[in-house]
Amino acid sequence: MANSTGEVILSVDNLVKHFPITQGILFKKKIGAVQAVDGVSFELHRGETLGIVGESGCGKSTLAKLLMRLEHPTAGRAVLNGRDIFKLSGGELRRLRRNVQMVMQDPYTSLNPRKTVGDIIGEPFEIHTEVAPRGDRQRRVQELLELVGLNPEHINRYPHQFSGGQRQRIGIARALALKPEIIVCDEPVSALDVSIQAQVVNLLEKLQDELKLSYIFIAHDLSVVRHISDRVGVMYLGKIVEIGTEEEIYERPTHPYTQALLSAVPVPDPDARAHRDVIRLEGDVPSPANPPSGCRFRTRCWKAQEKCALEEPLLIRRAVEPHPSACHFAELKHVVA
Amino acid sequence: MSDLESIATVETPKTQERQGGPESKPRSATADAWYELRRKPLFWIAVLITLVVVVMALFPSLFTPNDPGACALGRRLADPTGAAIFGYDVQGCDVFAKAVYGTRNSVLIGFGAAFVAGVIAMLFGVTAGYFGRWWDAIVSRVIDIVLGLPLLLAGIVFMKRVSNAGWGQNGRITALIFILGLLGWTTAARVIRSSVITTKQQDYVAAARMLGAGNGRIMWRHILPNALAPFIVIITMALGAFIAAEATLSFLGVGLIPPSQSWGLDISEARNYMREDFVPLAVPSAFLALTVLAFIILGDTIREAFDPKLR
Amino acid sequence: MQVETARPVGRHLLEVRDLFVEFHTRDGEAKVINGVSYHLDPGETLAVLGESGSGKSVTAQAIMGILDMPPARIPSGQILYNGEDLLAMPEEKRRAIRGSEISMIFQDALSALNPVFSVGWQISETLRVRTGMSKADALKRAAELMDLVKIPAAKARIKDYPHQFSGGMRQRVMIAMALAMDPKVLIADEPTTALDVTVQAQIMDLLADLRRDLNMGMILITHDLGVVADVADRIAVMYAGRIIEHADVHAIYKQPAHPYTEGLISSIPRLNSKGQELATIKGLPPNLMRLPSGCKYHPRCPYMQQPICTDVVPPALDLGGGRTSACHFAKEMLDGQLHR
Repeated sequence: MANSTGEVILSVDNLVKHFPITQGILFKKKIGAVQAVDGVSFELHRGETLGIVGESGCGKSTLAKLLMRLEHPTAGRAVLNGRDIFKLSGGELRRLRRNVQMVMQDPYTSLNPRKTVGDIIGEPFEIHTEVAPRGDRQRRVQELLELVGLNPEHINRYPHQFSGGQRQRIGIARALALKPEIIVCDEPVSALDVSIQAQVVNLLEKLQDELKLSYIFIAHDLSVVRHISDRVGVMYLGKIVEIGTEEEIYERPTHPYTQALLSAVPVPDPDARAHRDVIRLEGDVPSPANPPSGCRFRTRCWKAQEKCALEEPLLIRRAVEPHPSACHFAELKHVVA
Repeated sequence: MSDLESIATVETPKTQERQGGPESKPRSATADAWYELRRKPLFWIAVLITLVVVVMALFPSLFTPNDPGACALGRRLADPTGAAIFGYDVQGCDVFAKAVYGTRNSVLIGFGAAFVAGVIAMLFGVTAGYFGRWWDAIVSRVIDIVLGLPLLLAGIVFMKRVSNAGWGQNGRITALIFILGLLGWTTAARVIRSSVITTKQQDYVAAARMLGAGNGRIMWRHILPNALAPFIVIITMALGAFIAAEATLSFLGVGLIPPSQSWGLDISEARNYMREDFVPLAVPSAFLALTVLAFIILGDTIREAFDPKLR
Repeated sequence: MQVETARPVGRHLLEVRDLFVEFHTRDGEAKVINGVSYHLDPGETLAVLGESGSGKSVTAQAIMGILDMPPARIPSGQILYNGEDLLAMPEEKRRAIRGSEISMIFQDALSALNPVFSVGWQISETLRVRTGMSKADALKRAAELMDLVKIPAAKARIKDYPHQFSGGMRQRVMIAMALAMDPKVLIADEPTTALDVTVQAQIMDLLADLRRDLNMGMILITHDLGVVADVADRIAVMYAGRIIEHADVHAIYKQPAHPYTEGLISSIPRLNSKGQELATIKGLPPNLMRLPSGCKYHPRCPYMQQPICTDVVPPALDLGGGRTSACHFAKEMLDGQLHR
């Protein structure tokens, strides 16, 4: 997918989302905060796919919700076409909705079970009446069904009459209805079977080429992310720890967390079993309500030293490699066979 | 048990329909519930009783040629004759005709109160569940307070005032409808509030919001249809309870008063001489018990049908 | 279907023979398992690979005897444990085997553990009920088991409740519970699907160590080709309720002998290469209510040839070395002579 033009379409700057932890029923007292997203910055170029990988609790889904304006950030900006999306309201917010859409993870819960496919894909036109005149809507819905590889005659069916992969296509058609420039894909294939996963990934790639879409592709499956992404950001406990082109992240990772993550992915090759060098991380991800001081990864890192607890490593270019990495002791390690 | 799930969502092959094969019927949660219901005899019995009761309320003359008001002391506690299949009461009125004609008020008050309660419950329940925060806190406290008032005790107090004001027959019916409705909406409101809260978190609601849908559209188009099932159940059951409450209030002398016809009035009157003749008490009591039971069974079977865990 | 031609000597630890399972649904009979046979020996890992609806979990549930009957029905088949048919056994005897000789771990540890009891209590419950061990002894053994599954500070955490554990640790608690009675067979149904990659690696390591140390036979049910390649000795690939290919793990990845296996292996994206468009398997998994005629895979198969594939159910061809494939053209596939 090297069709990126280099023009920045979305610029996210120091995005923060803390969910307050409160106590008391009538008089709520704030006793802490879950630091779900804590200072995330990146740029999305027109026509490219930016992959965001990380384990559960790393904040990648909160990031998606923030960009979709389902949650309001604690701090930070996201500039789209010269405007900060978090400052929009009313008509401007509606225009943003047309421009940024999302494909959700669970094809079973993301479609209203009491509506027909026609209603579901046609709803965007009902909300944004200016996009398609009333008489034109059915035709538009059928075009969208065709575009995502479904039978346009199935317009009057209900979601439960479709399989998981087909439902995900319905979700994609709904996201495409308003002709957005950016689509945020939050784990779009992780609920699907292996043989169906490939179909949906190919569809997303085809649509990107045809419609010049930019994707933010959030997933935990590192292989899928590599396949579809031009650039990849690795998140850990609310922060991006390493970001670079797909090749930089997978072939030349410098952050120990990225290296551990990559090495832990099971490789579908039994002959590699003997000489695979899996980096075993100790323990579990700490709670985002009480993250470690300094470097958040230090509690599980084999390289951790005193400096890591005292000083937070910035996401900057390190001497060993030109792409940014948030580790004081960044070093190249080839982990993908 | 992903295997079992996929059995439920298997797909008809595309080719079959392209050739114009029969459309497979859509099966939503409602259709599933309907399928379950259809096979329950108890449900059909309840439906039958409900239908009879409703028809009786609308056209009592279909069930008896006798006028419940045409009483003759000469027939005091007389044995059944002709259409008066249950005989006559202490004032020589047809026991069966009185019960049949009493249906209208009982059912009117039951349905009326359920409607009032339903509207209030839906308005407060849906908005409290949807908007949350301070509005939810206020509504929840109001529900607690109203729930703290015993339905009958509060009914007696309010109806006493109505009695003292000397309201007429229609005024009393209206008063009963509103008093029972205003006191009886809380459970339904709680139920719909919690199911709105559950539905609100569904992904398709987030999807609608991301498309730019407003609160109204999200509440009424996306959340309400998916949150309605338990509400319908509660309201159906409440309907039975309201009919019983009317009978109780009338029995206690603060509901309807003669010459209005009502099961509660009949029971209240017949109890005075139940040692002499049991039938004038038993007939309206049976009408009342059957109707209330029918609505409760109706509600219960519907609830079971909608609850996949009980299948 | 015969996975291997009858073995003359020695019987297997566990052997499923020609098992059929149907589910009675309101739309008709769903034929979920259509003649599955496989076997398991002590100390080995058999991976049962398949997508949702393939019947991989239902087979395991039939072995455990935890199928809901009805709606499920087992019209025919045998499940032999040490040569004895579990399906023909009286329920009481079977219950003695279930959970102690053969035990199972599930994908979702959170729902498999009871939230209102401490983990120590839950692990020791089996011991108290089954062996009549005293409460103190059972708790001591529970602590040992938690130690065995490498839960840090096991003794201190024995009174903790499931919600106080992380996802990976809960999975360990469930494994400890499954191991309480020293089972000979451990069935792991998607044990790491709900876990993160780094935690998944820890759990798979643990299972491999335990299997080796305790000389258990392990059936690993999964859809993940990566996990299978990492730990399995043999693989049984399931499709539409049949085992369509059964082979040694190295052989199957090197050269699949069934088009479905080939499709699966080539449709997964790789970590070590960017690749172009992903190969896909066309169409959808079959409707178990209306299974296709002949080979159940023929509507999706790129090598389909009429009329044999559409009319004749392919038998499990013995390809030697314990390898079987239920494809009419298995030999041609192995020789690389099959073309689309």
